[in-house]
Amino acid sequence: MTRFTLNGKQVSSELPDDTPLLWALRDDLNLTGTKFGCGMGLCGACTVHLNGTPIRSCSTPLSAAAGARITTIEGVGMERAGKAVQAAWQKLDVVQCGYCQSGQIMSATALLAGNPKPTDADIDAAMSGNICRCATYVRIRAAIHEAAKALA
Amino acid sequence: MNSRIHNVSRRDFLKSGAGLTLALVLPAAQAAQPGVAGPGIAGSGPQAAGSFSPNAFVRIGSDGTVTVLSKHLEMGQGTYTGLATLVAEELDADWKKVVVEGAPADAGRYNNLFWGPAQGTGGSTAIANSFEQLRQAGAAARAMLVQAAAERWKVPTAEIQVANGVVSHARSGRKAGFGELAEAAGRLPVPEKVALKDPKDFKLIGRSAPRKDSVAKTTGQAQFTQDVKLPGMLVAVVAHPPRFGSTVRSVDDKAARAVPGVADVVRIPTGVAVLADSYWTAKKAREALQVEWDDSQAWRGSSEQLFADYRKLAATSGAVARRDGDASGELGKAAKVLEAEYDFPYLAHAAMEPINCVMRLSAEGCEVWNGEQFQTVDQANIAQLFGLKPEQVTLHMLYAGGSFGRRANPLSDYLLETAHIVKAIDGRAPVKLVWSREDDMRAGFYRPLYLHRLRAALDGQGKPLAWEQRIVGQSIIKGSPFEPMMIKDGVDATSVEGAANLPYAIPNLLVDLHTPGAELKVPVQWWRSVGSTHTGFATEVFMDELAVAAKADPVAYRMELLAAHPRHAGVLKLAADKAGWAKPLPAAKDGKRGRGVAVHESFNSYVAQVVEVTVAADGSFKVDRVVCAVDCGIAVNPDVIRAQMEGGIGYGLAAALTGAITLKDGQVEQSNFHDYPVLRINEMPKVEVHIMPSAEKPTGVGEPGVPPLAPALVNALYAATGKRIRALPIGEQLKA
Repeated sequence: MTRFTLNGKQVSSELPDDTPLLWALRDDLNLTGTKFGCGMGLCGACTVHLNGTPIRSCSTPLSAAAGARITTIEGVGMERAGKAVQAAWQKLDVVQCGYCQSGQIMSATALLAGNPKPTDADIDAAMSGNICRCATYVRIRAAIHEAAKALA
Repeated sequence: MNSRIHNVSRRDFLKSGAGLTLALVLPAAQAAQPGVAGPGIAGSGPQAAGSFSPNAFVRIGSDGTVTVLSKHLEMGQGTYTGLATLVAEELDADWKKVVVEGAPADAGRYNNLFWGPAQGTGGSTAIANSFEQLRQAGAAARAMLVQAAAERWKVPTAEIQVANGVVSHARSGRKAGFGELAEAAGRLPVPEKVALKDPKDFKLIGRSAPRKDSVAKTTGQAQFTQDVKLPGMLVAVVAHPPRFGSTVRSVDDKAARAVPGVADVVRIPTGVAVLADSYWTAKKAREALQVEWDDSQAWRGSSEQLFADYRKLAATSGAVARRDGDASGELGKAAKVLEAEYDFPYLAHAAMEPINCVMRLSAEGCEVWNGEQFQTVDQANIAQLFGLKPEQVTLHMLYAGGSFGRRANPLSDYLLETAHIVKAIDGRAPVKLVWSREDDMRAGFYRPLYLHRLRAALDGQGKPLAWEQRIVGQSIIKGSPFEPMMIKDGVDATSVEGAANLPYAIPNLLVDLHTPGAELKVPVQWWRSVGSTHTGFATEVFMDELAVAAKADPVAYRMELLAAHPRHAGVLKLAADKAGWAKPLPAAKDGKRGRGVAVHESFNSYVAQVVEVTVAADGSFKVDRVVCAVDCGIAVNPDVIRAQMEGGIGYGLAAALTGAITLKDGQVEQSNFHDYPVLRINEMPKVEVHIMPSAEKPTGVGEPGVPPLAPALVNALYAATGKRIRALPIGEQLKA
């Protein structure tokens, strides 16, 4: 059994240790906001925070979460930065199909936690692991600047 | 069309496809649209006490919530927001109190008015076909609320105002929310005729109402097919054959069945399905499966060989799609002839949500949860497999995590795969089919590989006297139920759209087509902007080559030939003006700069783009900025239009830079985003979108932003380097 803190609550999963964290979150713990996109850590749709650091949950074993703090899209709004990022996303209507946006928001929140005033180049570097096939990138950049402003 | 389709036979189904096909290829079908489903049609959903449903598209609850039923799939293009805007505008609703629900499958009430009696989303038609229908739905509801207020307050209807979800009477100072009047309004007869607003009175149309799906999609609450979980549901993954046309010879499933959590392993026409309690279990069990494939009927060709074969075909004449004057004669005697060949690879849609589908069979029928794009087609195909009536197939339309055309499959490929699995287990459990990224990328239904050969004759001033365009490529329609209607005289209209309707004034014009591939088993399908994905490139790059040969400015050269096409000319001029085309492009320290342009009409929308690039000494380059002008008639939601142009540019850029599915010995060489790279944020240029003011009926925006990007980019690279790219993707060609 793997125990960890999920969005501020103690949880446990009895899935095998090598099950990717993504599937434990989605199938066992019923948090489906974190998405399956590629299964290889290439697209970022499955991004969650492990002790505040963005990770690709599709290629992180459940065992890596043992004793850790995991934050998903369902919980990130409880944090100040996450809330600001979600608000900026809504204000600028970033989303199109929306399937990648949980991962985008998790990566953007982590970026702002470490860099409160990112440049376009900083954003491109931090966000290039998150694919959006609808190509909402112009607005992702703008929304991160918007959230940074709100947090300043 | 108010008639329901009951128990459609195969023959009737084909007939019903006719409207669909016409609409997909001939946007002019707009003029011949069947009667608008007006007010007076019963709503569908369960009625809550005190709520009212004046028609199939709007429901007003006693709490004042206005629910708009969307007959079209929301796959990112903003259709839920756009359709709700149309209803809310005429209803004078409070936008904050408007919610959107996916409508059930019912072609009787929810058909695409451009497709005859068929329901579905495609061809950038959602807003265009609904524009009057949904405004009428909103206006009917408003009229009934007004009537209810007039009766309650005993005042004339003409004195009643409606604004922002509040019905009021100024003289008496009385006011009521929609919710307070809903029950009384529901008891009134639905008006037969309602007046629509004068466009000058629009309060929401043209004003960028915020998207209806933003909150759900930024908080993880939006429901996609991937998120559906039913009691007792099994997750299925399928071992597909390594080549198109291969079949299963034998299966050893002992090890797979031994994996804890595996419920069953079944053979289906498309491979071997493993059913388990979760995706991860099913995937692991599939790895343990031993399948021997029979390749005797498989296609074992390669992309390289196809290009060689197509090149030979392009030397001979094909089925004529358009003939004006005598192009061959003129080319034979002209002093100056230009010639070029353009190559296009197969392309995968690669939506972020890999293909999936949830299905449950019961005594009453079949229930499906899906990013549902092709209701009438899918109902008919699933019903046929189970021996049900189409109306016994209930389709729950969920958000699709992208589609770009993929989820509207004429053969209902992945839905039928799910149905075969459900059938193989006798419907004993609901099944969720989940494809991995690799399954999704290798399953085919690609934008076909094409080759275009163009020739043009120029006069002494460099103006084109003749234009000959030969297109070679698989038909999307051949072998589908739409073949009898959409292929005329050997010409699949989707193969030549964007070329056969070339807008430029050229007296001698020939467009013809070769459609190889009876034995070629690579499945193909429409891909965001369909024929224009390749015709837009070939025509607009060749036009640039002509302008270069004529030593003319590419914008001025086109403008002169577009005198009879003011909407093409309009967006071309707007894009050029906004991009500062008349002034030289500022130099850059880190490379040579270039600017290119393209203009193209698709789905009755006109888009021009100016692309600016910087090319480094080593041939690597950066797309700095794209200035886009679009004329899509009345702009229902300008911000959604801008978003679709931005997204179309990004989608087109991904294909232009690196997009290619290649085949070797019949096998797809790509599998995931490492070998089928798509656009990432660091490659996304600055984008400026300018919308042409218009009073014309609205036309689509989901697709038309894609076609001009690649040709404008290649023209810009030529301007910067003098090197002409004639094969997509661009890849490393400038580095050679």
